[in-house]
Amino acid sequence: MKRTANGHHTARSSGRAGRVGPGMVLIVPTLLAGCDGRQSVLSPGGADARVLGDLFWVMLVGAVILWLLVNGLFFYVTRINRAALSRRFANGLIVVGGVVFPTVVLGALLTYGLSIMPDQRAPGEGLTLRVTGEQWWWRVEYWPDGADAPIVAANEIRLPAGQRSEVVLNAGRVIHSFWIPALGGKMDMFPGRETRMSLKPEAPGTWRGQCAEFCGASHALMAFEVVAMPPDDFTAWLDAQAASAAPPATEAGARGARIFAREGCGACHAVRGTDARGAVGPDLTHVGGRLSLGAGTLGTTLEDFQTWIAHTGEIKPEVEMPSYDYLADADLADLAAYLKGLE
Amino acid sequence: MNDTEQTGPSGPYPPTEAMLAKPVPQDEQDRTAAELRAAWEPPKGWRYPTAVNNSEVGLWYALTAFGFMLLAGVLALVMRLQLMVPDNDLISADRFNQFFTMHGSAMMFLFAVPMFEAIAILILPAFLGGRDMPFPRLSAFGFWCFVIGGVFVMGSLLFDAAPTAGWFMYPPLATQDEGPGSDIWLLGLSFIEIASIAAAVELIVGALKCRPPGMRVNIMPLYAWYVLVVGGMILFAFPPLIAGDFLFELERSFDWPFFDPTRGGDPMLWQHLFWIFGHPEVYIVFLPSIAIAAMVIPTVARRPIVGYSWIVLSAVGTGFLSFGLWVHHMFTTGFPNISLGFFSAASEAVVIPTGIQLFAFAATLIAGRVKMSLPMLWIAGALAIFTAGGLTGVMLAIAPFNWQVHDTYFIVAHLHYTLFGGMVFPVIAGVYYFYPFIRKKMLSERLGRWAFWLIFTGFNVTFLPMHLTGLLGMPRRVFTYPEAAGWGWLNMISTLGAFVIAAGFAVFVWDLLRPKGDQKEVPRNPWDAGTLEWSHDVPAEYWGARSIPHVTSRYPLWDDPKLVERMDAGRYYLPGSPHGHRETLVTSVIDASPELAQRVTGPTWITLWAAGFTGGAFIFPTFHMYPSAIVSGAFAVVCILYWLWTSTARPPEHGMRDAGLGLSLPTYASGPKAVGWWAVWITMLGDATAFASVVFGFFFYWTAKPDFPPEGAMHAAPAPVGLAVLALALSWALTLGARHWNRAGRVGAARAALIAAPLLAAGGVAALIRSVQHLEPTAHVYPAIIWALMVWVVAHAAVGIIMQLYCLAGSLTGKLTPRFDADLWNITLVWHFLCLTVLVACAVIGLAPEVL
Repeated sequence: MKRTANGHHTARSSGRAGRVGPGMVLIVPTLLAGCDGRQSVLSPGGADARVLGDLFWVMLVGAVILWLLVNGLFFYVTRINRAALSRRFANGLIVVGGVVFPTVVLGALLTYGLSIMPDQRAPGEGLTLRVTGEQWWWRVEYWPDGADAPIVAANEIRLPAGQRSEVVLNAGRVIHSFWIPALGGKMDMFPGRETRMSLKPEAPGTWRGQCAEFCGASHALMAFEVVAMPPDDFTAWLDAQAASAAPPATEAGARGARIFAREGCGACHAVRGTDARGAVGPDLTHVGGRLSLGAGTLGTTLEDFQTWIAHTGEIKPEVEMPSYDYLADADLADLAAYLKGLE
Repeated sequence: MNDTEQTGPSGPYPPTEAMLAKPVPQDEQDRTAAELRAAWEPPKGWRYPTAVNNSEVGLWYALTAFGFMLLAGVLALVMRLQLMVPDNDLISADRFNQFFTMHGSAMMFLFAVPMFEAIAILILPAFLGGRDMPFPRLSAFGFWCFVIGGVFVMGSLLFDAAPTAGWFMYPPLATQDEGPGSDIWLLGLSFIEIASIAAAVELIVGALKCRPPGMRVNIMPLYAWYVLVVGGMILFAFPPLIAGDFLFELERSFDWPFFDPTRGGDPMLWQHLFWIFGHPEVYIVFLPSIAIAAMVIPTVARRPIVGYSWIVLSAVGTGFLSFGLWVHHMFTTGFPNISLGFFSAASEAVVIPTGIQLFAFAATLIAGRVKMSLPMLWIAGALAIFTAGGLTGVMLAIAPFNWQVHDTYFIVAHLHYTLFGGMVFPVIAGVYYFYPFIRKKMLSERLGRWAFWLIFTGFNVTFLPMHLTGLLGMPRRVFTYPEAAGWGWLNMISTLGAFVIAAGFAVFVWDLLRPKGDQKEVPRNPWDAGTLEWSHDVPAEYWGARSIPHVTSRYPLWDDPKLVERMDAGRYYLPGSPHGHRETLVTSVIDASPELAQRVTGPTWITLWAAGFTGGAFIFPTFHMYPSAIVSGAFAVVCILYWLWTSTARPPEHGMRDAGLGLSLPTYASGPKAVGWWAVWITMLGDATAFASVVFGFFFYWTAKPDFPPEGAMHAAPAPVGLAVLALALSWALTLGARHWNRAGRVGAARAALIAAPLLAAGGVAALIRSVQHLEPTAHVYPAIIWALMVWVVAHAAVGIIMQLYCLAGSLTGKLTPRFDADLWNITLVWHFLCLTVLVACAVIGLAPEVL
């Protein structure tokens, strides 16, 4: 079965994305074309990722020059001038090329490379996210400054733009790794141990993050959408997330809610404000407002909802949720209407 | 024999030019040649598998490893097809995960390391003008273990049961994995690791003790230096992984929670143990291949290597440094910045010894008059690829950059650049270079160039774009990706490139295997090289060196034009085999003065039986068939005892032997003069490293986990622990006493000690088991690690008891006498280590309650 990939492209960060690193001048145009992407280290949208992007371009230029020098030397002595040359020069080459030169270059690189570490992942400025890696989805809790209970969501990260948010990481059963290339480096997530990082998107935008540590059969299908919003919009959005689910607004939705209850979906999923209080799977209270289904695997049309519910196991190998392929198409449509309505 | 008989070498040494110039009569030449030929002839027909000659075992080893490499390559091709287009469903996620796990595991454990061992077994004796490796049956045993383990692990793919958790087997994913996949990986590969350590022991002893007379350490071929360094690295790198496997399998089989965070365990311990192995592993693969370059380059430059001492120091330095870098595989696990900075700097530091080696090669080419050849073309390709991989390595060692590209296709590109450049290309260069030595024919220059350009081009087409794929965000180990990610065109290019590589390998394999019957035999030294392997015989003979030369320079074939002629005439040492035995010369470690004419073992079935039963002991537990495993293990012990009893350290019929050039050498040695003693010493260093890794586990939990030991935990009973220490220490003292009394001729006292010692050891074992019996190892990691230490000590003590009884039996039957007591020296050495193990383990078990 073919997966329909999530093709969501909204509000691409423009802001400072055009700023180039020092090495940009030497890069071939085809490479430039490839740098564009929602999951790319090379089109940073976060403060940390931008510094790392610059670091990369500097190192790339250095590496290309060094490669040409070393291989040029070998080419010269084996192809161009094969005669015996000065023994003194040869001895000097070992000392200068093997010891002096690398010591100087690496010393400089370490000074530059390691000096950027303290600013990376600096402590957050208010909001804390707790993200737990599950097989194969993301449990997300928002803890605004001073909150004593979290606002629970799943499979999507929203952040206020221009602010640094703290991210506390944990895992359910196996190790995962939390990575949003456009915003910053990755950090592993462990069962039984907390790790932390922080993220600072520079301007509003949407990106894609993905699990980077192999975590089993559907490791490839464990992604998420990342949205940076203007701080006021973000506050409003978070308030809406904190609210319980609105009752179904349509007839189909109401039928869907009954099917949801009848099929026992609430044993695993929570829909706040209803009897569904399960915590095994993702919280669905506002699932209709998210940008992807199945942890970055499908889009969010009614059709996507139906496909997901009926073919879960085919779409996502070894996933715990059973495939509800025995449901009648009409029931699936109602269920989809209900869930899509949970905005 | 009696004690007053001479036991050391006697006669003139070193030989004078006049002695060497004296011709050898033709009839004597013919007679000794016939003797040697008869002694070294490998068995024919259906008995061929019993051969133990290094020329045969090394070749089987190399071909098998190459076969596994081709299989692992096919897995890669299927994976490339799956990833060629987005949202592909050519193979399932589960099969893809089996394939990438086995691709990595096979390339590392079934190709890269065994290939080093194969090549070293095949050519090291020739570099050293020797006859064979010091323990030919051990090589054969290692090879058969490798075949059985390799077929078992690779075969699991056919049953859709292969491991799926990646070659790094991170728990808890791998510990929770259902089905036998993880067990197949753990047990199958542990089995092969043990075979690898056996080969390492043999290679270290070979390089240290089996050099030709006069070849001081500072003139031995660079290849031998690299073998020594890499052997040492295997010895200290593999045991942590074996210790990890031991804990891991205890968790898989018996639910002892070493890596389970819900019961005090910690998956990070595995990551540490794995990468303490895994990083040196990279250099274990890389250095022997650089060693091949170090042999090819002087030949191409037609002058001795420039910077010999620099290269040796750098190789040793790389070996040491490689043990301090493992954390750079764990930069994203949340270490504090100070640790990251330290390991970043340490990782960059390894550039310096690597750079020295490369620039020493450049310097040799500069100072020489270069004559290009096909092997050199492959070396040049290796250099182009390796320097690119090295430079991305410099980038990756910078921790913050690593946070971005860790576990992406950037890493896939980097590691393939280092391994193709640092291993595959130099090894193929070695195949072209040494083929005339091995098969006495040449490979085709034309096909060789085709293979080179196909593999070189295909490689870069495949892996260069992967750097960008990774930077664009594609993680490793994904079986598919969405179209919208934009990685499709890059993956398409990589897949096309992969098939170009495959075409290149097809050409290479055809060249290697095509019939060459009509080709005339090669000249003896087709490349005009200067090292001893090119004194080989054409057509082939199985005796290694016709006579073992006295060597005084690094390039004896260049510096001593009469050397080959004199070797051929049997002018040098051990020119014949008057008693029909296989023998090789053992020399001193530093200046290689002759010490011993060592009898080496010949063809046998017992190594196959031993390997088969050892295989059973590892393979049955995969399917939880423990009784069968125990029976198989017992048979393996019996086979190994039979092998040792019948062919090692037997009192010789002739205590001294005329070694040629007026030198008379003993044929038996015990203690530090014997190669067996060195092998035991080196093996025990590896064993001690594995034990240290288990103890490290205890202290890791202690420092990393607040609930270690948990509130109100029960501890080991102190009195039985104390009793165990006492009994086992006394058993050690009696073993030591037995050696002294036996030497002094007090055979009765020695036998009494050898009766009391195993009884005491058994009592100690019982006390130790008693001391932990009330602890429940599945409850928490604290009792589990105490049980693990107990199991470790008990298993070792059981081996120690068997050894004591073996010597007792030897003494009673006349195999072991006051003069011929090598076995007793060797087991005493084991007991030194065993005593230390007991003291440390019991201190940890018994004193922990006091300290914690």
